[in-house]
Amino acid sequence: MPANISINASNITKRYGDKTALDDISFDVAKGELFGFIGPDGAGKTTLFRLITSLLIPDKGSLTVEGLDTVKDYIKLRKILGYMPGRFSLYQDLTVEENLKFFAGIFKTTPEANYELVKDIYSQIEPFKNRKAGKLSGGMKQKLALSCALIHKPEVLVLDEPTTGVDAVSRIEFWEMLGRLRRSGITIVVSTPYMDEASRCDRVALIQNGKIMSIDTPDSIQNNYSRGLWAVKSDDTYRLLTDLRQFKSTRTAFPFGEHIHLSLKDELIKPAEIVSYLESTGHSNIHISKIEPTIEDCFMEMMGAESNMSATSQK
Amino acid sequence: MLPIIFVIPVVQLLVLAFAVTFEIKNINLVIVDQDHSVASRQLVSKFAAPTFYHIKAYSDSYTEAEEQLKTGKAHQILIIPNNFEQDLQKESKASVQLITNAIDGSAAAIMNAYGNSIIMDYNQDILVDLSGGMDIKPPIDIRYSYWFNPELDYKTYMVPGILVLLVTIIGMFLSSMNVVREKEMGTIEQINVSPVKKYQFVIGKLLPFWFIALFELGFGLTLARIVFDIPILGSLWLIFGVASVYLLATLGIGLLISTLVNTQQQAMFLAWFFAVVFIMMSGLFTPVDSMPEWAQDINIINPIAYFIRIIRMIMLKGSQFQDILKPFAAIAIYAVCALTLAVWRYRKVAS
Repeated sequence: MPANISINASNITKRYGDKTALDDISFDVAKGELFGFIGPDGAGKTTLFRLITSLLIPDKGSLTVEGLDTVKDYIKLRKILGYMPGRFSLYQDLTVEENLKFFAGIFKTTPEANYELVKDIYSQIEPFKNRKAGKLSGGMKQKLALSCALIHKPEVLVLDEPTTGVDAVSRIEFWEMLGRLRRSGITIVVSTPYMDEASRCDRVALIQNGKIMSIDTPDSIQNNYSRGLWAVKSDDTYRLLTDLRQFKSTRTAFPFGEHIHLSLKDELIKPAEIVSYLESTGHSNIHISKIEPTIEDCFMEMMGAESNMSATSQK
Repeated sequence: MLPIIFVIPVVQLLVLAFAVTFEIKNINLVIVDQDHSVASRQLVSKFAAPTFYHIKAYSDSYTEAEEQLKTGKAHQILIIPNNFEQDLQKESKASVQLITNAIDGSAAAIMNAYGNSIIMDYNQDILVDLSGGMDIKPPIDIRYSYWFNPELDYKTYMVPGILVLLVTIIGMFLSSMNVVREKEMGTIEQINVSPVKKYQFVIGKLLPFWFIALFELGFGLTLARIVFDIPILGSLWLIFGVASVYLLATLGIGLLISTLVNTQQQAMFLAWFFAVVFIMMSGLFTPVDSMPEWAQDINIINPIAYFIRIIRMIMLKGSQFQDILKPFAAIAIYAVCALTLAVWRYRKVAS
């Protein structure tokens, strides 16, 4: 295995009863990489992370983290792993400081020994160090959880949906912290249901229905979007979406805020034709403009392609 | 939570020790005296004398008395038929009827025994009368002596058992709830990915409850000695020694429960199920010896039964270690099995 590989997964399958949560997944994460898993709820992200952290055993395939097998070498593995589960899982009835001490303690270290690593994050919640963890706000809870996951100086940090349920400002702050951590050389694997966060990762894997649909850098994902994309707006956004989806030349139409992002089956159709169709269905104040695709458009495109495929194969 | 842990046992000991009694006081008696003779009045006065009998009403009609029994106002009816005195004098024998409300079986048995003994006593008097003042003694003179609890004080009998319940509840319930709580909160996940070893986790979980329970046992023994004046004939060290092993068994059961379930509700249900069965069969309220054979066999897996037996032996009888060797060995085996099973069942990997 190349020396610069941190996590290697090959042909991993995990089933719960007759439901397949992960289906033949393979990927590599490089050392020091900030690697993101993007996908809707139920895609299999949490299952994958619990496999990586040795909490689950795969039915098929093998998984190594820093050269350690998650099944055979789990004892060694757990020493170099920092894990932040999706649910806030610190002791609510311990104070901020006690939590940090406790989690340092079970890794046989002290908060002082690795303070440099968490200083950036922990200093923000240090004023509240005597407060019970259960009484912290959502953003502060995340910071504490991250501090606790980092306090034993892990080589690999696994974060399961760290920004779910966190306000927009704290989300941005959180990703900035991850960026700084990455520069200190830690390999970070993070999952999120928010597509806009993907652009902050070095590489992104899109995961859906237990399968990885693509792995690429955010830039090349955006560059690979080959179609023309239009942003359409009118007074009645909801009816606009349904009307556009009934338009004969529409390929995909997804709502993005007050705009509808529209791609067409026939690239040669002029905007005027769309406008006249919409006017005929009674829309007013119609605005239409050509736009560059965002990373979200790319994901919607890929996920839409997959669901179309499965729809046709079922017929 | 901590104050509750310490208040509950005191309340339990005080309430249960005073309330759970096998003595029957205030038996409401209705007397139907159809004879109205000297003899019948003598019998009635015998019933009037003891403090535990309260003569609720005198009645001439049986139906009226029965009504009292049905409505729960009376516990017992004594019916003295017509010609009671006449029969006694002419035929040297007569009968009376004693009707007891047996809704509560064990209470009825005791009330019946009381009534019987009073009538027997009266019988004795009549024999003396009839024989012209000669004191006739029954051929066999039975004298009773109750060993290890000479006054048959129910508290002496109950309190050691209640102490056992106390440590059991702490051992079984608190430990079973505790690990499940970590599951519910999600904290167990964070612990599971750490290098903490299984046995370290289990020790960390059990030790606090072990100490709390032993402390409460000491506390309870002090209360028993001071408030209830229960004798502690045997060695305190022996009691604590047995208790510390016994606690390992109950803590093991608690931990085992918590590894099997996913919510505190389920843990509570399972712990209650076992606790109620074990307590009811433990011999705390009804003697194990009077249970059917199969029930006594079930008690082989009942740690509470063993410990109640041991603690009563040590406290009331002053038993030494060699006297309790067998039940103690059973508890020790129990502790080893329960703990091993619990550690084995506790998985650091989710299923």
